[in-house]
Amino acid sequence: MSVLLSAQDLRLAFGGVKAADGINLDVMEREFLAIIGPNGAGKTTFINMSTGHLRPQGGSITYQGRQVLGMKPRDIVRMGIARSFQLPQLFTEHTVLENAAMAVAAREGTFSPFRPLLRPAFRAEAEALLERFGLTAAAHQRADALNEGTRKLTDIAMAVAMKPRLLLMDEPTSGVAAADKMAVVETLARVLREAGVTAVFVEHDMDVVARIADRVAVWGQGRIAALGPPEQVLSDPMVQRDVIGIQPGGGAHAAA
Amino acid sequence: MSRSRLEILAGLAGALLLVLIAWGVPWLRFVLTIALAKGITVLGILLLLRAGQVSFGHAMYVAIAAYTVAFVAPRMPEVLLLLPLAALASTAVGLVVGLFVMRYREIFFGMLNLALSMVFYSLLEKLYTITHGTDGIRLPVPTFLGQTLTGPTYEWAVFGIALVLAIGFALLVRVYLAAPLGQALAGIKTREARLEFMGVPARYVLLSAYALSALMAGCGGTIIALTSRHVTPALAYWTASGELVFIAILGGAGSVLGAFLGAVVYELTRVYAAANLADAWQLILGTVLLLVILFAPGGLVGMAQGLRRRKSA
Ligand SMILES: Nc1ncnc2c1ncn2[C@@H]1O[C@H](COP(=O)(O)OP(=O)(O)OP(=O)(O)O)[C@@H](O)[C@H]1O
Ligand SMILES: [Mg+2]
Repeated sequence: MSVLLSAQDLRLAFGGVKAADGINLDVMEREFLAIIGPNGAGKTTFINMSTGHLRPQGGSITYQGRQVLGMKPRDIVRMGIARSFQLPQLFTEHTVLENAAMAVAAREGTFSPFRPLLRPAFRAEAEALLERFGLTAAAHQRADALNEGTRKLTDIAMAVAMKPRLLLMDEPTSGVAAADKMAVVETLARVLREAGVTAVFVEHDMDVVARIADRVAVWGQGRIAALGPPEQVLSDPMVQRDVIGIQPGGGAHAAA
Repeated sequence: MSRSRLEILAGLAGALLLVLIAWGVPWLRFVLTIALAKGITVLGILLLLRAGQVSFGHAMYVAIAAYTVAFVAPRMPEVLLLLPLAALASTAVGLVVGLFVMRYREIFFGMLNLALSMVFYSLLEKLYTITHGTDGIRLPVPTFLGQTLTGPTYEWAVFGIALVLAIGFALLVRVYLAAPLGQALAGIKTREARLEFMGVPARYVLLSAYALSALMAGCGGTIIALTSRHVTPALAYWTASGELVFIAILGGAGSVLGAFLGAVVYELTRVYAAANLADAWQLILGTVLLLVILFAPGGLVGMAQGLRRRKSA
């Protein structure tokens, strides 16, 4: 398997807080890589750096051998890297269906001023997408009227609509009702595997991690404390004590 | 009946009504032509409002076109050439200014537009040798397809052009707003970062709307110049820009029909007030704006829709 995304010695400090303190990580083609770690460890910061939202003070990130640092988010997306957000970033005055269709239109790159957004082809694709995410019932609700789980799924659906090669998801299951969680995760994993998508996802639920991750990276204070297959990493006493033992109940506070 | 169908029917009925009024009450033809010109301009304000941005300087684009007409008409008085030329001038300036203001949002966007329009206003006022200052410039009688028209025929011709442009731009803006580019305007208002993360350059989305708004203001300015046949710096003064925003809110900030409904109601009220309550005009303006914001945030169109819903309920 080849390396899709490679981070080398990433460094970024906010004042005295080291959000990235020498991150080295290779993401392999088609793997599902889970990122776990306590609040404030720098998980979101890693995604932000990989998508052009934040610029590290040192190090490099290459995608398919090309330097990503310094590129604008929109140029990175066009290379095939999409993301979803810890706090869903939806167009709040649009419906769920329109949000999805916007993503489809954006991917097509035809921001035509003349043909409607909800033209048959875009609408059909958006509807099919919502169907796969179990969002059909919410299709015509405005995005600012949704519960957190539905917002989260819409946010992920929009990232998936970009048809990325690499998908970065920040806490995809937080806010999704416990009863639905596993079904959602299974569906998501199936959709991504079918499309051959490589996925990196930050996750606080160890059952989810154990179920779908190929590898797990443990973040601690801007560093990778452990990296390996889930059965090995999750049973590591250090990880059990420092990460799993102090998991919050899914509460999220960091910036999206 | 679908909402969109109803809107188009209402628009056509409105256009017919305007023609009937202009025919039945000749002295209102002038007022209605001005109202259509302002309605076309307000369509541009509407586009920017969709993106959450308010321009307090769009009268500048009206004035640019009007002065272009005034400068060119003595040498080349053909309306069918003056119109595209003046509209082009406004659009070109809109593109250049747009490249600059598209980086700013909200209060900064509004104030920058205001500042630029005031600079332009002072230039019109101060460069006396070119612009004749506050006296302004009188236009010669222009020609239509080489014909010199006079009196009512001329008035009808300008009214007709205004109506055709109004209908054309109203349809164009409707189509534009339903298309991804127009929908992305609302995306700028609610979640600009997401647009970027979808690969959409949000600034250029705004720039496209800004340029279109300058084009429409240019058409509005041309019609105003042809109608009043006298252009003065007052066209670019900040109160003229504020008036455009006022009309947009009065009509209903979300709606294409609202731009024209607002403009017609505004102009008719103004003429009536000027004739009967000369001193009370500002008072009426302020009070109406207050009432609309407090009790009818959807504007006149919102009120009409509310009535319809209540009836069908
Ligand atoms: N833009 C920023 N400005 C200042 N400090 C920041 C910024 N982004 C992150 N930080 C800080 O960097 C540290 C790492 O933040 P980050 O959001 O990456 O953590 P996280 O691992 O995603 O945590 P959580 O599990 O709570 O989401 C935190 O201390 C955070 O306060
Ligand atoms: Mg985070």
